[in-house]
Amino acid sequence: MSPALQGLVMIVLGVGGCVGYFYGANLLLDRVIFPARGAQAGRNINRANLVRPWLFLLPALVALSLYLVYPVIETLRLSLTDRSQGGAFVGLANYRQMAAEPKFWEAMRNNLMWLVVVPALSTGFGLLAAQLTDRIRWGNIAKSIIFMPMAISFVGAAVIWKLVYDARPEGTEQIGVLNALYLWLGGAEPQQWLTLIPANTFLLMIVLIWVQTGFAMVILSAALRGIPEDTIEAAIIDGAGPMQVFFRIKVPQIASTIVVVWTTITLVVLKVFDIVFAMTNGQWGTQVLANYMYDKMFRANDWGLGSASAMVIMLLVLPILIWNVRTARREMR
Amino acid sequence: MAELRLSGVAKRYGGTVEVLRDIDLEIARGELIVFVGPSGCGKSTLLRMIAGLESISDGVLEIEGRVVNDIPPAQRGIAMVFQSYALYPHMTVRENMAFALKLARKSRTEIDAAVAAAAEKLQLTDYLDRLPKALSGGQRQRVAIGRAIVRDPKVYLFDEPLSNLDAALRVATRIEIAQLKEQMPDSTMIYVTHDQVEAMTLASRIVVLANKGIAQVGTPLELYDSPENEFVARFIGSPAMNLLAGRITQSGAQTRVALDGGGQALVAIPTGAEDLGAAVNLGVRPEDLEETTGDYVLGGRVAITEALGEHTLLYLGEEGPGDARIAKLPGTRSALRGTDIRLTARPDKLHLFRDGRSMKPR
Repeated sequence: MSPALQGLVMIVLGVGGCVGYFYGANLLLDRVIFPARGAQAGRNINRANLVRPWLFLLPALVALSLYLVYPVIETLRLSLTDRSQGGAFVGLANYRQMAAEPKFWEAMRNNLMWLVVVPALSTGFGLLAAQLTDRIRWGNIAKSIIFMPMAISFVGAAVIWKLVYDARPEGTEQIGVLNALYLWLGGAEPQQWLTLIPANTFLLMIVLIWVQTGFAMVILSAALRGIPEDTIEAAIIDGAGPMQVFFRIKVPQIASTIVVVWTTITLVVLKVFDIVFAMTNGQWGTQVLANYMYDKMFRANDWGLGSASAMVIMLLVLPILIWNVRTARREMR
Repeated sequence: MAELRLSGVAKRYGGTVEVLRDIDLEIARGELIVFVGPSGCGKSTLLRMIAGLESISDGVLEIEGRVVNDIPPAQRGIAMVFQSYALYPHMTVRENMAFALKLARKSRTEIDAAVAAAAEKLQLTDYLDRLPKALSGGQRQRVAIGRAIVRDPKVYLFDEPLSNLDAALRVATRIEIAQLKEQMPDSTMIYVTHDQVEAMTLASRIVVLANKGIAQVGTPLELYDSPENEFVARFIGSPAMNLLAGRITQSGAQTRVALDGGGQALVAIPTGAEDLGAAVNLGVRPEDLEETTGDYVLGGRVAITEALGEHTLLYLGEEGPGDARIAKLPGTRSALRGTDIRLTARPDKLHLFRDGRSMKPR
């Protein structure tokens, strides 16, 4: 069977299986286990309604515990063992070893920098784009263009930007836009941008900002449109100028959305891997935690150290994740 | 001196769609002017043009003798109360009221004094540190008014301020606004509403807007007693005035009209010999009709009765309720349903319209 056909069959089987499960389970509940007839019809309907949510949640719960909860526990266990001693329990030795490695602290430092710069700039540019595109006739076209990078995978984006930062030997035609620009502005010789510390880390961040700005813009644009026009007009009558309307009336009214966007991007940033992997692979001082973990886990094959770094990433993500979920929930109420 | 003067004001969208034209209006200091009209007549647009939220396509708008066409809203000396209150949701009541003063860089003590005074006047003192979402609809409305008061504007603009309140609260707030106006006799107010009762009870003068222009300006009772045209006649008063087609059969100090429906009417409006035989519409308000056995203005079978306790509405004729002739008789008269009835009115209660214009001399 050709792979395409195989894929198609799997899709049909998968979707069909899902539909079949929900439909069949529901039918079973209503007709066989708690039928809505006979002397106990009323009681049965109530009971069926109590069971139904669990029935529908079951596949998700199973999948989540199998693919999320179990790996977390297993990672925690692995992070306390040593591969070279045949998987013996070594306590916090892996964590201690990691703490002694400068490359780990470089990754921590870089991650922190990513954490400060990328969410702030993505949200900032997104807000700016949302505000500006809402007011112009061709705003929707501009929006589509700004949103487009969202459709590109991080690796794809990294490849595109690697071309932007590309450097050819001096004297030959430069294909990298940045070097072309640099030379045009009077730069002496083409630069190997991705090897320049610390600028290279920021050059990597630009890729993620480029991707995430579209996301921030779309969400914030919707939030801006949700602001009652009256409050803006009232502010104009009260004497507020465009900047004051924006910063004192509009931004405070979408503050909670800004927080959600910010934290969502923060989560993406904490897990940043592909861009660094594809562009510098953590060389020249650009290491980040996720790439560090990949290095340890799959290049050095040290699953003890790799798991330990994975646990560190998880611990960093967790508080922001909880906060994000809470804010989002409050939003919905 | 006129506080606010509109001369030949017009509003067009995109240069072609005309919404308002040739609006001439003078408003004196201390007046409470109400703009009424059917929806889409441009009354809110006119208010927003005075506020500066809409540009003025043509004509001149003056406030206290100063042309303000191109002056930004904040510098026109106006304050506006919006239909939806338009409170800033992230600011407390105090901050909402202080916002304009803060933007104007007033001193802290000045702001506090102005806010305290306005809060006092509107019984909001206990709520100053609350957010709008913790207030009832009526309280929010008062905050919106308070926000206008603290700026001490020359002209207050109200854009249907009561339409978001429930019926009972609307009456209470209407009275509060009337009292507020009494406390501030020098302030000029312009009030937009589609509610006749609000217009009749609040206004010192009413401006009826229709067909892109002003249909009539006058005190509430002037509009009720002497509508200048059929539109105002039908618009003011509820149920609306009946208009009955007929022909003038006798002119003089009083005019006799033979109605197409078979009735006869004697109207206390003088007409000349040249009007003899002219096709006219006789206007009679439902509440002016009374039963008669002699000459009648309106006669026919009572199709529907609506007993409202203090009076009964009678719908005459076979047409649907929209075209029906309506009479309002005191007391409960449900028994009249299905019977034939003859109604007439005193000559001085009748109106005559020719080509839509009132024939009453003025």
